[in-house]
Amino acid sequence: MSALRRYHAAVWDEPLVMELGRPGSRGVEIPPVEPELAEAVGDARELVPAAVRRQAPPALPELSEPEVLRHYLHLSQETLGMMGVSLFGTCTMKYNPRVTEAVVAQPFVAETHPHQDEETLQGTLEIVYRLEQALCELSGMDRFVFQPGGGADAAYLHACVTRAYHAARGELEQRTEIVTSIQAHPCNPATAATAGFEVITLPLEENGYPSLAALRSVVSERTASLMINNPDDMGIYNPEIAEWVDAVHEVGGLCFYDHANFNGVMGKIRAAELGFDACMFMLHKTFGAPKAGGGPAVGAYGCSALLAPYLPGPLVSFDGERYRLNEGSPDGVGRVREFLGNVPEMIKAYAWIRAMGAEGIDRASDLSVLANNYMEQKLLRIRGVGKSHPHLGVKRLEMTRYSLDELARDTGVTAVDVQNRMTDFGIDAFWLSHEPWLVPEPFTPEAGEMWSKEDIDYWIAVLAHVCEEAYADPELVKGAPHNQVVHRLDPDGLDDPERWATTWRAFRRKQA
Amino acid sequence: MATQVTSGGAHPYMGISPPAVVAELLAEAGVERVEDLFEQIPEHHRLSRPLELPPPIRAEAALRRHLTEILSRNASCADNLNFLGAGCWQHYVPAVCDEIVSRSEFLTPVWGTSSSDFGRNQAWFEYASQLGELVALDFVGLPVYSWGCAAGNALRMAARLTGRDQVLLPRGLDPERLAVIRTYCALPQVRNSIEVALVDYDPGTGMVDLDDLRRKLSDRTAAVYVETPSYLGIVQAEAPEIARLARAAGAETVVGVDPISLGVLAPPGEWGADIVVGTTQPLGVHMLGGGGAGGFIATRDEERYAREYPTLQVSIAGTSEPGERSFGVILFEQTSYGSRERGKDWTGNSVYRWAIANAVYMALLGPQGFRDIGEAILSRSHYASGRIDELPGVRVRWRSGFFKEFVVTFEQARVADVDRALRERGIFGGKDLSASHPELGQSSLYCVTEVHSQADLDRLVDTLAEVTAG
Repeated sequence: MSALRRYHAAVWDEPLVMELGRPGSRGVEIPPVEPELAEAVGDARELVPAAVRRQAPPALPELSEPEVLRHYLHLSQETLGMMGVSLFGTCTMKYNPRVTEAVVAQPFVAETHPHQDEETLQGTLEIVYRLEQALCELSGMDRFVFQPGGGADAAYLHACVTRAYHAARGELEQRTEIVTSIQAHPCNPATAATAGFEVITLPLEENGYPSLAALRSVVSERTASLMINNPDDMGIYNPEIAEWVDAVHEVGGLCFYDHANFNGVMGKIRAAELGFDACMFMLHKTFGAPKAGGGPAVGAYGCSALLAPYLPGPLVSFDGERYRLNEGSPDGVGRVREFLGNVPEMIKAYAWIRAMGAEGIDRASDLSVLANNYMEQKLLRIRGVGKSHPHLGVKRLEMTRYSLDELARDTGVTAVDVQNRMTDFGIDAFWLSHEPWLVPEPFTPEAGEMWSKEDIDYWIAVLAHVCEEAYADPELVKGAPHNQVVHRLDPDGLDDPERWATTWRAFRRKQA
Repeated sequence: MATQVTSGGAHPYMGISPPAVVAELLAEAGVERVEDLFEQIPEHHRLSRPLELPPPIRAEAALRRHLTEILSRNASCADNLNFLGAGCWQHYVPAVCDEIVSRSEFLTPVWGTSSSDFGRNQAWFEYASQLGELVALDFVGLPVYSWGCAAGNALRMAARLTGRDQVLLPRGLDPERLAVIRTYCALPQVRNSIEVALVDYDPGTGMVDLDDLRRKLSDRTAAVYVETPSYLGIVQAEAPEIARLARAAGAETVVGVDPISLGVLAPPGEWGADIVVGTTQPLGVHMLGGGGAGGFIATRDEERYAREYPTLQVSIAGTSEPGERSFGVILFEQTSYGSRERGKDWTGNSVYRWAIANAVYMALLGPQGFRDIGEAILSRSHYASGRIDELPGVRVRWRSGFFKEFVVTFEQARVADVDRALRERGIFGGKDLSASHPELGQSSLYCVTEVHSQADLDRLVDTLAEVTAG
């Protein structure tokens, strides 16, 4: 067992930026207007209609440049991110190569404008085109777009493409339902509902996935689409998924494969070969672009030729010589977001694919599934730890949903307590489970292919240590964190309109 | 392009790739072959043929060279003199913004709690707090994907708040933003869809036509959406009257703003806006080919608004230690994470890294910086428009009342031809409006910011004179 590190987070007692500085300080100088130019236009204030001129200046902080720099450096140091070990499940966190961070900071990416003439964006368009080709090869789909700003946005795009597709066939009034499973990411039902559909959610059955019979009982001429992930984030793969697709197609519905858990199956299956009409890849996470605390991200949306006419523009094409930008069809989804998409993240994903190659991608999925099965052997030996659907003998894919139910019943220490305590050893707050919690006191680590065996062993050792602490001294764990920037969040008041404050001005008003 | 079969040795990005480590893990996992781990996937689901991707480039030096070779085919706004704006704007990004958002600690947080990622949560709170000062509103959510997405979310909030099903949008709006809003408002065949109706603008001023607004307001109107400055650059001098009319009709006033203008323009929270949305890109984020886009939503701190937010937001909070301060996510239950299809729209990854850039930018500028940058933009844009308007055959549509963008009409030339000629001379002209706004003829939307020196603007004018002559 690895020795635990004597970790302690940086503690700066850093005030809010609004509490720093003093009147008259400034952090940046704007280039002064040339005298001749100033003379030509007169008083700038007079150029704003009097009725809508700002009277009182905004109550922003006044700091020198080094003060601002040091303040935000301190906040960065008070952020764990992936500086320790982060086996965060359901998302596949992996290494974000810094070489592409350096490349996209260059003016040939950073200082490009989305409305530049396509002749001046040939480099970007070539990368987008090459990326699209690679994702088509990985999925078997015919087209990809990159406009969605995350995986959930790609799910939303699918709901909108579904709407456009059925509208064009005159069937939208009739096709009001989207079917999903309780283990699908919440963005699937949520985006379906936002797009105007009713949601039918199938429960899990004995094998850890909904039955084909249950699906057949809900699909009908009202079915617009199926939105489903596979494997789910318990590591369980539905072996009947091709029959599911057939059942939905038989009634005229579409099938969308949420590939959030692609890491376990990349290089093993292709969504189109299973019959799916559309799929989604997260270029952040799975394809090496950073999560960055929640974006910018890209949900790459791929679809078959059947749905391609409904994609939002602009789409990239190549005529053998030049790369072009084309508008989508008038029947299609006009836009889900402005512009082509998060260009730097597309470049990072392309670079990752090139650095890995086909063999590397296939191997990454091998290694992530191997790491998970290795972890499972070790974790289930820890007192208090169980797993979802323990009766299933099959080997889970790239993650397993565990439960600390036994620990909680024995000691009163919950999964959230353990999560907090593990941060005392430099372990990122682990993933619990999406709502609803089908498994009591859940946690969901995912090792992926990035971490070394030593990193994984350290994570396991910390969990084992914390579980031992729970039995020996439960209050120690319940009172965690002890080695972090601040103590445990007091959730009291967070949903109270009299007390919540999302801004400093609200806080000061409510304190007054 | 065949798969290059490699040795299967260690890969720089994969910590468990050394063959000896794989052997250890297999032994401890109790499996003989990696293949056995995939027993759940039926044989007939497996790839019909092997993956074919271009050969790997595993050496970082070679990969960097490959990427640089391709991307160098771009021409950038750093090498050319750029006057494109239209939803993505070239402002100077202070080096401190780049330094902070490039920190690995801010690049890599995953989900994070107040225990693991306290500093990021504080930075988020500072983003919301400073933006709140600019717009003069007390409740600010974490950002959404873009201005158009923020407007779409806000109009859906208004429809839920009022129980009404029509929104009034200004004609002349950015066609891309309008397309996003139309998507969010859904198609009439589905439940809870929202009808989009357009209000004319006054051809003489570019401002919203109040008579047309009065005609179109009804008991179906959930929201009046107005932008200031508008897509075509115009500051809505009558914005307070628009809000008053909307309120009188029982509708919400949803206002779109470019926050970089708010050192000189009145904050919408002070003249009657109910829900304020806008872009975050001008505040310390590079254009990135459109990848710098981000949007925000802000309202008064009233429960009826707060309970309709689709976003996550952080509140100042206490800890188990008396007197200690932390930051926690509020109203989680109403998000899609908390309530799936019963949540308010949906949330997910957004542009949270840029929220940190925005926080740094607002702190660097402070009250004086926002006034200075606003005045610099006003002065430079009006100087350029005044000189352009003097050119024969070239007219500025609205010569006053704009902020940083203005419409240039070519009376004897096609915009496309002018742009091509400018490009040959190292200048990116404005956004061609001739297809999206045919009522404006051969017109182009020019954007001038603090990055343009007088010499840059004189060069534009001289070059325009040259390429439109004769």
